[in-house]
Amino acid sequence: MAVASTDYAVQKTVELSLRNRVLWAMLGTALLLMLCRALGILPEWLIRLPEWAIPPSDIWLDAAFSFVQNDLGLIHVTRFVAEGPLEFLLDATANLLYGKRRWPDLGPIPWTAIAAAAAVIGYYLGGWRMSLLAGGTFVWTALIGQWEIAMQTMSVLTVAAPIAFLTGLGLGILAWKYAWFDKAIKPVLSVLQTLPFFTYLLPAVIFFKVGPTAGAVATIVYAIPPMILMTTLGLKKVSTEVVEAGHMSGCTRWQMLTRVYIPTARTEILVGVNQVIMLCLAMVVLTAFIGMPGLGAKLLAMMGSFKLGRSFEIGVTIVLLAIMLDRLSKAWVVKQPEHFERGTPWWQRHIFLLFTIGAFAVFVALAQVIQVFSEIGRTQHFSRGKEIDGIIKAALDIDMVQATTEWLRWFLNVNVLIPFRNSMLWVPTPAFILLVVAFAYWLGGRRPALYATVFFTIVAFSGWWDRSVITLYTVISAVIMATLIGIPLGIFAARSEKWSRRILLACDTAQTFPSFIYLIPAIMLFGVNDVAVVFSILIFSMVPLTRYTIEGLRTVPPEMTEAADMSGASRRQKLLSVQLPLALPTMAVGFNQAIMFAFFMVIIAAFIGTQDLGQELQRTLAGTELGKNFVLGMNVSLMALTFDLTILSWAEKRKKALGLA
Amino acid sequence: MNDATPVIAAKNVWKLFGPQPEKYLAGMEPGRSFEDIRADGYIAGVKDVSISLTRGEMLVIMGLSGSGKSTLVRCFSRLHDITGGTVEVEGQNIMALTERELIDLRRSKMGMVFQSFGLLPHRTVLENVAFPLEMRGQDRHTRRERALEMIRLVGLDGREEYFPRELSGGQQQRVGIARSLAIEPDIWFLDEPFSALDPLIRREMQDEFLRLQGMLGKSIAFITHDFDEALRLADRIAIMRNGAVEQCDTPDKIVLNPATEYVFKFTEDIDKARVVRARGLMQPLNGASPEGAPVDGMATIQALARDLVNDPREVIPVAGQDGAVAGQMKRQAALDILLGTR
Repeated sequence: MAVASTDYAVQKTVELSLRNRVLWAMLGTALLLMLCRALGILPEWLIRLPEWAIPPSDIWLDAAFSFVQNDLGLIHVTRFVAEGPLEFLLDATANLLYGKRRWPDLGPIPWTAIAAAAAVIGYYLGGWRMSLLAGGTFVWTALIGQWEIAMQTMSVLTVAAPIAFLTGLGLGILAWKYAWFDKAIKPVLSVLQTLPFFTYLLPAVIFFKVGPTAGAVATIVYAIPPMILMTTLGLKKVSTEVVEAGHMSGCTRWQMLTRVYIPTARTEILVGVNQVIMLCLAMVVLTAFIGMPGLGAKLLAMMGSFKLGRSFEIGVTIVLLAIMLDRLSKAWVVKQPEHFERGTPWWQRHIFLLFTIGAFAVFVALAQVIQVFSEIGRTQHFSRGKEIDGIIKAALDIDMVQATTEWLRWFLNVNVLIPFRNSMLWVPTPAFILLVVAFAYWLGGRRPALYATVFFTIVAFSGWWDRSVITLYTVISAVIMATLIGIPLGIFAARSEKWSRRILLACDTAQTFPSFIYLIPAIMLFGVNDVAVVFSILIFSMVPLTRYTIEGLRTVPPEMTEAADMSGASRRQKLLSVQLPLALPTMAVGFNQAIMFAFFMVIIAAFIGTQDLGQELQRTLAGTELGKNFVLGMNVSLMALTFDLTILSWAEKRKKALGLA
Repeated sequence: MNDATPVIAAKNVWKLFGPQPEKYLAGMEPGRSFEDIRADGYIAGVKDVSISLTRGEMLVIMGLSGSGKSTLVRCFSRLHDITGGTVEVEGQNIMALTERELIDLRRSKMGMVFQSFGLLPHRTVLENVAFPLEMRGQDRHTRRERALEMIRLVGLDGREEYFPRELSGGQQQRVGIARSLAIEPDIWFLDEPFSALDPLIRREMQDEFLRLQGMLGKSIAFITHDFDEALRLADRIAIMRNGAVEQCDTPDKIVLNPATEYVFKFTEDIDKARVVRARGLMQPLNGASPEGAPVDGMATIQALARDLVNDPREVIPVAGQDGAVAGQMKRQAALDILLGTR
């Protein structure tokens, strides 16, 4: 045993020295390349890849897509789905919710009826507060005069969410049942989760024609991955005893699945439902970019013409809808069935169902008589867009505010962002790749380093290197700033139960907002420029950072902090030498999520006007350059995946080393 | 098949865990120990076990955690597929059954109770108990009647509509027991049914269990890691270690004649007078006819203590189950057990 452990130690030191040597070699080469560039002796082809070396991958991809689309006839299948069942469903919900003239020609349902039914369901799921939230959201939407656009959004959501749920559930079951299937879809899922949403949109448009159908398809595809993951997770967690009890009760395979596994995995599956709904909402809002009418399109138009008051109102509606859907579905997760005494009559067992139907029916009837109960007319709403616009603009005009934002904008731009960006762009391509690989090797080890090499080389050969570097620069600067603010905030909050709860609630709520919302304050404060982009990414990615910092610190085992206390550690010592080291793996997960969020947001920020991949991606939407769109999307995905793999691999190893896994 | 056919007969059963267990077992040289096998990268969950369960008997399988007792019982019901040997249930080789036949066997003949209850969280007590009946497609009315009867049997009347999470541990296990009895199984498996309960409740549940068994007379395989529990309940005890059965015998014999060092360690601290019954010390009459009234063979030495101390006879007759004298016991031997000088 003793011999073995010495051997191990020797091996470890050998590995360490090898590791260091490799690291230094990579850094040294990178530095040498940069030095040569500074001296002006680096040949042109080592600074940037020459044009002739870049394969026309977009053209190849276009050819491949066109082959699948036209020669294999996929377009007929997708067009059939789009024009057949999917469009039928979308038309039906559109008719019911906002009165589009299609089958079943019943709608629109009066807003009061929907609000009343929502209020009863809210009460059933979570008492008066939920009732108020659910009913109130719909009342606000109607009174502010946004009922129709909100219902346009909802009509897609009500079709997309169930389809995404069922598909995700089915694929999740397959992945749980067949290991090979699980292995096959894992990489696809991680690519899908890092792919920018513009890359979902264009194929949807091309294969499923413009409008709600394409929007719905993009939304469905976007929302499926987490449902698959949650389903698999839930099914794997069903305790062996419950499974054995099922077998001993003589269940067939089908009975095992439907009566034992799925009901027992209820919690995880419902968490999946919650995620599906939230992702659908986020995506539906973003489908405004391909011309889907609804809240997103309106918001886009209002922000485009700098109407801050109306933007703000629409923002509030979206946020309310998001919070309502999130809270209601979460309440459903924790809602446990109540038992009734034996002999409880049927109507008493289903009292809430009856109340929902009753409230709905009453208001439908009332709406026939009283017009405002059915629809809020153009002149009847309470929108105060102009006034709010005035207030916001006046507030921004206050000297102090203006001076602060002006100064911040100037300072960040001139002293931080532009120099940082220029220096990143100055680095020769091979040196840049080497630096990234060295980082991956240092943090994650051999495997992530290999991925980093492959992924970044692909990016270099995609022909969009400068745009990719600018994307990366935006992400890195925003995440660094988010770290500087978010982690201290988390540390502060973690010190007391009360503040932890408050900040966590704020983070939870903020995380439900569709990302689009974060553009509103950024544009308000900083106008249309780089600082606004960085600012919107900063607040968006700060949320997971703060959240995981709090969670990491709060879940340090109490006996360890107690041990530190009993060793006479001061608060600072305890934090630095006990709590932070133990919380670091969890915090790393938050950091990783922050980077993923940043990659997501930077693409949306193209709307403000950037010079990165997002801008190019947005441009592809106008045409039909599917190949280029895909190349750009993959670049974003590959860069994001490099960080994802590296950081998560570190967190995993660290957790194991600390015995926390 | 007659009454003498064992309900379960396991012959040379092996259950190995590892990459290619069948292939490994086929090529394995005989006589490899648990550690040898582990060094080869396999875990012997069950190692060459031959054991049988006769009709109406309560066989307690006792061992510490990791000894393979749960694995062995799961081989009886084919929750685990065995690697080698045969398991026959009422004369049928269960490894030869098709999936359908296996399901039918479980639906009609087997019931099982689990350590952590294994209740379905989304079903009420009534629906949990009726679950096996529902699986075999009985109509709503009969399964409801039967489930209610079972719930009454385990003393949970009035809780039919509760969900498992609303019940205490002891009550949840009553549901587990009711469910396992719902289909009127012949064979009843209990996997440490009382281990998750606190000591007072455990005692109460054991009494309850003995009462039920007195009424039902099932063939039982009962797993426990608690030697006292085993002694209290068993007709026969099988003590397992590292996947193998160290000794399988009646409680008296295990206490009086532990077969191995390992078994001896368990019996060391046991108050033998509470375990050993008069029949355990009984010797054949060999033509002698000891005088006086016989003692009951089923009585423990402790129960006889007062009489034994005052009894002037050197040799005391012992009565069999029919009340007739079946043998004799030396008073000194009984006193030795009582005073612990053995």
